[in-house]
Amino acid sequence: MALLEIENLSVEFPTQGGVMRAVDGVSLTLDEGEVLGVVGESGSGKSVTMLAVMGLIPFPGRVKADKLTFNGRDLLTMSESERRKLTGKDVAMIFQEPTTSLNPSFTIGFQLAETLRLHEGMDRKAARRRAIELLEQVGIPSAESRLSAFPHQLSGGMNQRVMIAMAIACNPKLLIADEPTTALDVTIQAQILDLLMTLQKERNMALVMITHNMGVVAETARRVMVMYAGQIMEERSAADLFDSPQHPYTAALLAALPERSEGATRLATIPGVVPGLYDRPRGCLFSPRCAYATEHSRNVRPDLRPWAGGQIRCHYPLGDPNRNAEIQADHPVGAEAAS
Amino acid sequence: MLRFILTRVSLVIPTFLGITLLAFFLIRLVPGDPIETLAGERGIDPARHEQLRKEYGFDQPILVQYGIYLARVLQGDLGKSMITQEPVLSEFSELFPATIELAVCAILFALLIGLPAGMLAAIRRNSIFDHGVMGISLTGYSMPIFWWGLILILLFSVQFDLTPVSGRIDVLYYIEPITGFLLIDTLLSEEEGAFWSAVRHLILPTIVLGTVPLAVIARMTRSAMLEVLGEDYIRTAKAKGLSRFRIIALHALRNALIPVVTVIGLQVGVLFTGAILTETIFSWPGVGKWLIDAIFRRDYPVLQGGALLLGIVVMSVNLLVDLTYGLINPRIRHHR
Repeated sequence: MALLEIENLSVEFPTQGGVMRAVDGVSLTLDEGEVLGVVGESGSGKSVTMLAVMGLIPFPGRVKADKLTFNGRDLLTMSESERRKLTGKDVAMIFQEPTTSLNPSFTIGFQLAETLRLHEGMDRKAARRRAIELLEQVGIPSAESRLSAFPHQLSGGMNQRVMIAMAIACNPKLLIADEPTTALDVTIQAQILDLLMTLQKERNMALVMITHNMGVVAETARRVMVMYAGQIMEERSAADLFDSPQHPYTAALLAALPERSEGATRLATIPGVVPGLYDRPRGCLFSPRCAYATEHSRNVRPDLRPWAGGQIRCHYPLGDPNRNAEIQADHPVGAEAAS
Repeated sequence: MLRFILTRVSLVIPTFLGITLLAFFLIRLVPGDPIETLAGERGIDPARHEQLRKEYGFDQPILVQYGIYLARVLQGDLGKSMITQEPVLSEFSELFPATIELAVCAILFALLIGLPAGMLAAIRRNSIFDHGVMGISLTGYSMPIFWWGLILILLFSVQFDLTPVSGRIDVLYYIEPITGFLLIDTLLSEEEGAFWSAVRHLILPTIVLGTVPLAVIARMTRSAMLEVLGEDYIRTAKAKGLSRFRIIALHALRNALIPVVTVIGLQVGVLFTGAILTETIFSWPGVGKWLIDAIFRRDYPVLQGGALLLGIVVMSVNLLVDLTYGLINPRIRHHR
């Protein structure tokens, strides 16, 4: 049984200009102990998808799904108090800005112990002992004296370690890390990634790593999900995806990596911008920026379908032997748009 | 922490001097001779007038008068009332509990209603409740105190006969002052009905004096709460699986209180200004009414002393608020 099963998840926010669909038809399964990388540009819905799993979509956002289960339990029909027993215990999340993600008015010790007392029913003393243990596990020196420190007295990297300690306090089965290193110094980034990977292996917990950094994904994830404008574009094992991307968007993203442009005079880019609320294309969401778009792909939105050991949302996957013929038959328009 | 307190206390000295200076010269700018006012409409013999001027030291150059006054103040001597011949300090300490009682009730009233109202308005943002609270508090904030007091008296005391018109307690009762706070003294006296009589007398003045702070606190709490509820650490608290109540009442409120406490500190000064008006409307025997009477009587020592003592009280309360501020805002406490 998969740990997390998502089928056709969508998240919508009503706005004055109409309904904004932040997440659109996301399907995904995650096994115990698996590391999944979720990549995409800002606003591609990667964070919102995971916030929906956490049950943290703020009012008036709406979450819809055909199926949303965690460890066999249906998250959609669960009562709010049942769900709270799960969040922070079996599913935990850490965020991008460690310093603002901790409450400035309470000590590190209080914030750590709070989780332990709530979910594990520990008394003050036991929670304190466990908090020291946790701080040591995440590599915070002189842990005991840090209990009485406030977040503003610690560096960003230290605060992220505290956040991690808080998240793993109750041995979660799934840890969602939402761009955990984006706000940190480069040297600290590597340390935090190492820490996360070590903890993941030690505890065999599933880890979802949300990032817009392909390098982070390459170093950590075994499976990668690429999102664009709220939809999954491609989802496959990391090795395959980096080796031979199947979706034109993934291929374009990888081509834009500085490491892959060695020798070229200009860095490869993807022309155009992500569609907004008002200019969502009728067909494939990536078609206005796709070099291979056709009349067909502009008008008919591709379904998310199984492909090459993963999923893809494209009429013409790059590895499809018949794709050139199909593109020709569907009146190509992409090349002129892309040039 | 000690350094913080010392810095704050040393800031009190120039303020203290400023108050003596203002109180001393401003009252002397008001037309009217204190001795003629003392004598009344019958007038006074010029020779006797001159003699009294000498006695009070009004014949000296004004700067010399100020110097003498300041020297006496520094020795703890605030002088005697020209009317009653009682020491200013003892008159003040006799009347001050009445003002404190009223001020404390007013600020409690403002807090007990303003904080929850502001919090609820923030949680139910843009609801009818929110718009209602904000509308009412804007009205309250804009209301002239004397007009509001008179309207309440007309409505509740005259029309419906629910509350007394003025005073601190029914004339039936004589309460031996022990603490000076009638709510406590009446309970200690064990005289039947006295406590409720004191409470009934307090209701309208409390509402009148508490209205402006209530409006300010409600609006401030709402905006502080709205800001805090959008912070990242509230999302973290949710991600920890904490209950909605705990998130709002602990994680959000603790941070939202920081600006609210500042505002409460600033309101204390406003409160004493309001007390002067409120006490006059309700014939409340506190220092506010005492000061107003002193203005009409050109009772220089009372005015100077009263203003100075009230100034010290306001400064002390503000110091206290600043210390509390450090207590609830760790980022200030550790800042050097």
